[in-house]
Amino acid sequence: MSPLIAQQLIDIAYIVAVALFILALKWLSSPASARRGVLAGEIGAVLAVVATLCNYEIVEYKWIAVALVVGAVVGVPLGMVHMTAVPQRTALSHAFGALAAAMIGIAEYYVRLPHVAKFEMLEISLEVIIGSLTFTGSLIAAGKLQEILPQRPITYKGQNFVSLSVLGAAALMAIWLILHPEYSRLFPVMVGVSLVFGVMLVTPIGGADMPTVISLLNSYAGLSAALLGFVLNNKALVVAGALDGSSGFILSVIMCKAMNRSFTNVMFGAFGQVQVSAGAEKEERTVRSASAEEAATILGAANTVVIVPGYGMAVAQAQHKVRELYDILSKRGVDVKFGIHPVAGRMPGHMNVLLAEADIPYDKLMDMDTINPEFPQTDVALVIGANDVTNPAAKTDQGSPIYGMPILEVDKARTVMVIKRSLSPGFAGIDNPLYYLDKTLMLFGDAKAFVGDIVRELTGGGH
Amino acid sequence: MTFDLICNLWVFVLAAFIGFEVIRRVSPLLHTPLMSLTNALDAIVVVAAIIIAGRHKNTLSTVLGAVAVAASFSNMIGGFLITDRMLRMFKLTRTKKP
Repeated sequence: MSPLIAQQLIDIAYIVAVALFILALKWLSSPASARRGVLAGEIGAVLAVVATLCNYEIVEYKWIAVALVVGAVVGVPLGMVHMTAVPQRTALSHAFGALAAAMIGIAEYYVRLPHVAKFEMLEISLEVIIGSLTFTGSLIAAGKLQEILPQRPITYKGQNFVSLSVLGAAALMAIWLILHPEYSRLFPVMVGVSLVFGVMLVTPIGGADMPTVISLLNSYAGLSAALLGFVLNNKALVVAGALDGSSGFILSVIMCKAMNRSFTNVMFGAFGQVQVSAGAEKEERTVRSASAEEAATILGAANTVVIVPGYGMAVAQAQHKVRELYDILSKRGVDVKFGIHPVAGRMPGHMNVLLAEADIPYDKLMDMDTINPEFPQTDVALVIGANDVTNPAAKTDQGSPIYGMPILEVDKARTVMVIKRSLSPGFAGIDNPLYYLDKTLMLFGDAKAFVGDIVRELTGGGH
Repeated sequence: MTFDLICNLWVFVLAAFIGFEVIRRVSPLLHTPLMSLTNALDAIVVVAAIIIAGRHKNTLSTVLGAVAVAASFSNMIGGFLITDRMLRMFKLTRTKKP
């Protein structure tokens, strides 16, 4: 086969692969067809890799084979992590993807070196800068999510100025390189500065903003792959990168809306700073608390129950106990649903995965817009490990730092029950007026233990 | 050649629009699997890495290429694996037990 025909066959394989990728994402629109989507993606990926291995430019297979084995050895355990660890796994895979893209861009520069056209240098510089900063930024995000690094925002005075100066320095070096591509000593410095900027970009961002940051880094990782496609003139990479980039972008917009914040606010306005009116009025307010027995009686007598889980539920590993509660109540004919806020987990959609893992059917998992109109007809709203996303001050108190954030309107339910360790305010340090309502019962204790107690009361009293 | 640049820009813009339209329709239930699946698809950069590692132009590019192959291939394998594991967990309510 002549090299030209072989090359055309490889291109056709890429086109088929890319079409399968788009179908894969299309089939992800519903859980019923989603697994077919994964299969389509896998077939496309295998096709593309096999076709590439037939490329006539490849003269030496030894290192490819070694690297593929290493990749499989690293990849399989990363595919088997526990569901609570999925956010840090995802951040790590953004890092790997960006690392690969940056490495290839760097290699291309040195291969082409004596003769690099200006527009090629533009593509390479952009690609390498974005790839490098996404690599280190994602590593920091993964470290924060794994709790190796402190989750609170790390800030200092003049931080934004310093960070933006570092980015500006990288941009200036890129411009210099575009004008003088042969000035190769500057290239590693530009890479180094971009790596440093990635660290500075994510360090000041707090744990609660991670869903947005992960989505944004996803978008950057996709963008760097698409730019690599420009550098190598490979349309498959351009398409796959564009798909990944737009996916990350859409998710970041959804996350920002769910917190009523702008991109710039997430990236440059560390959340811990806005403790304005919290604790301004310290009047004595009383709460009503209840025991597991009382809670069980109320739940058992209800017709409709909406459970609102937050990340606290996952931290307490209470999801399996919650499933038992769901089973018992459903068996008694109580209509139990789950109301899930978009930022309920540590990444978009995380809470759904945790509940699905605990065997809760997905037709009972409702997103915020679906469940909110149902609260007025709900007998009991049971809040487990969620705080700010249920805070009615977000709708009423203009002075509240979370004013304007869309919430789950549990305060509209006939009875509200909140499982919480103590009355201490949530992550943002904001008091929650929900706890002081007449219809609210506070259930003080560990989420897992308390739900377990309720389950025991229900099984004991029911038969 | 700027012709390639324009051509790639066409592809990029059209693909981004397809991405927006397709991904907008993904159920919020599946946003985590969406991210891990797009990660796996993005790992298609492995094809570029394979060529760099196998072309053997110089040692540096071979080493960088091999690292890129390992990094992106681990994303591909791990991404598909975990997406499928997650999706297997999503089940509907079982119709009335006997």
